[in-house]
Amino acid sequence: MTPSQPAEPAVQVTDLSVDLGGRLVLRGVDLQIRPGEVVAVLGTNGSGKSTLVRTIVGLLPAARGDVKVFGTPVRRFRQWNRIGYVPQRITAAGGVPATVAEVVSSGLLSKRRLFRPLKAAERAAIDEALEIVDMAAQRKDAVAELSGGQQQRVLIARALVSDPELLILDEPTAGVDLASQSIFAGAIRERVARGTTVVMVSHDLGPMDALIDRSVILRRGRVVYDGPPHASQTHAHVHPHGSMQDEPGWLS
Amino acid sequence: MTMFELEFMQRALIAGLLTGLSAPAIGTYLVQRRLSLMGDGIGHIAITGVALGLLTGTAPVLTAVLVAIAGATAIELVRARGKASGDVALALLFYGGIAGGVLLIGLAGQGAATLNTYLFGSLTTVSPSDLYVVVGLAVAVLVVAIGLGPQLFAVCQDEEFARVTGLRVQLLNLLIAVMAAVTVTVAMRTVGLLLVSALMVVPVATAQQFTRSFRSTFMTACALGVTACVAGIVTSYHANVAPGATIVVLALAGFVVAAIAGTLLRRRRGVLAPLQDEEPEIGVPAPVPHVVSTAHQHAHDPKCGHPAVEHGDHVDYVHDGHLHAAHGDHWDEH
Repeated sequence: MTPSQPAEPAVQVTDLSVDLGGRLVLRGVDLQIRPGEVVAVLGTNGSGKSTLVRTIVGLLPAARGDVKVFGTPVRRFRQWNRIGYVPQRITAAGGVPATVAEVVSSGLLSKRRLFRPLKAAERAAIDEALEIVDMAAQRKDAVAELSGGQQQRVLIARALVSDPELLILDEPTAGVDLASQSIFAGAIRERVARGTTVVMVSHDLGPMDALIDRSVILRRGRVVYDGPPHASQTHAHVHPHGSMQDEPGWLS
Repeated sequence: MTMFELEFMQRALIAGLLTGLSAPAIGTYLVQRRLSLMGDGIGHIAITGVALGLLTGTAPVLTAVLVAIAGATAIELVRARGKASGDVALALLFYGGIAGGVLLIGLAGQGAATLNTYLFGSLTTVSPSDLYVVVGLAVAVLVVAIGLGPQLFAVCQDEEFARVTGLRVQLLNLLIAVMAAVTVTVAMRTVGLLLVSALMVVPVATAQQFTRSFRSTFMTACALGVTACVAGIVTSYHANVAPGATIVVLALAGFVVAAIAGTLLRRRRGVLAPLQDEEPEIGVPAPVPHVVSTAHQHAHDPKCGHPAVEHGDHVDYVHDGHLHAAHGDHWDEH
């Protein structure tokens, strides 16, 4: 909104279109996220919000337009330790048992060299990340045996462990109990206070809504609202029916 | 112990030891990725490789490893492209591999007996030159499986997260496929191509009965693999049966014992430690306190004259414009 921003944007999306199996899921999306902003990407199922963040982190190719992360096109971006990503997951478990600490240690791989064991400082970082999401007591438990909310907290810890500058969360509160939601709203608040940029996809923000300072609403692959959080949308999900454009203040 | 003085038995045991270590090591990653049957697919493809070796007169171990690597790479690429799902890609190569192998063996003029030694393992056929190849390949697999453990774990556990961490996911996936192919070839002489996948998967499944961490599953599976291989080779020498079948039957017996013991153990642990109530209940509305009708002397019954009203699971009585319901020894306002 302010055209003369000194710092380079954390995320710069220009005229982005994404094609998934022949269907245009995003159409001409422009989005700029400045360092330190906490942005909620809202919209109904199928509005393209997950597609948008997955394209930002380079998991999906752009059909048209481009995506820059910290000033570098995402295809050539290599400083992955600056990004913490929480993918949309139902479970954190795989085919073989793994402990909470093992899953979180994966978050350090952007910094670790090959063929090196964990350093003491890295172990401390794992413990600290687990402390933030209140899972330190379960560090040796198998993730498969935890509740859905606890598994989601493990995934948040995995993203936080590398101390990222940009945190991207895809539906972090989906299917998570209120206790876990407020625990990681606290974790995110603490990161925000330290200047971390946060992009959060959600259709129901829950306890997170107090943290948001800007919301972007997608509808059928287009940005239909981009601005300060609106009283009618911060606490509620966006409803599929009823035209948003008719409401005053929705289009900037 | 005359058995270990025989040179071919020494070679068989070394090959068995290395197979027992490397097959579960790579198998743990395959199971983690839910690609348990990949070893089987590669084993079938390797049959074509063996046949190619026999046809051209080159060492079958060498041609098998090359064809297996090519096949594993093909499986991985098809899977990654997402054109056919992983299991369809496996099925295509299964049948292609085994059909091609049988066809080529026939062309080479070799009978079923030769093929059998590769399909089910044969102790006497491990030649000294085979052994060098086997040792080299197995050591390479183990170094990669242990040294790149954290990276491979991350890729198998959550591929998308691994990519956003900056890992070269496609390369690591390919590495797993190639290591699986190499392991299949290493195990060809001891377990045989048709049963090698069992040695990749069964020890991992057995270990999982007792373990909570990936690391301990990995190490327990390797220990179980070595035990099954050595015990199987010794048994097959004495009983004069195919080593591959013996090893796999022993490994499966171990799994059955572990599964029963694990179930009993978990049930017992479950009885001793009931689920903790760790989630504080937030946002659950407290039950609404019921209002007791004060000084209600009258006892309602179907014949008391007050109109009876069905109310969910009970009956209310209309009394002076409000509803009364029986609750223990008193009446509630409803």
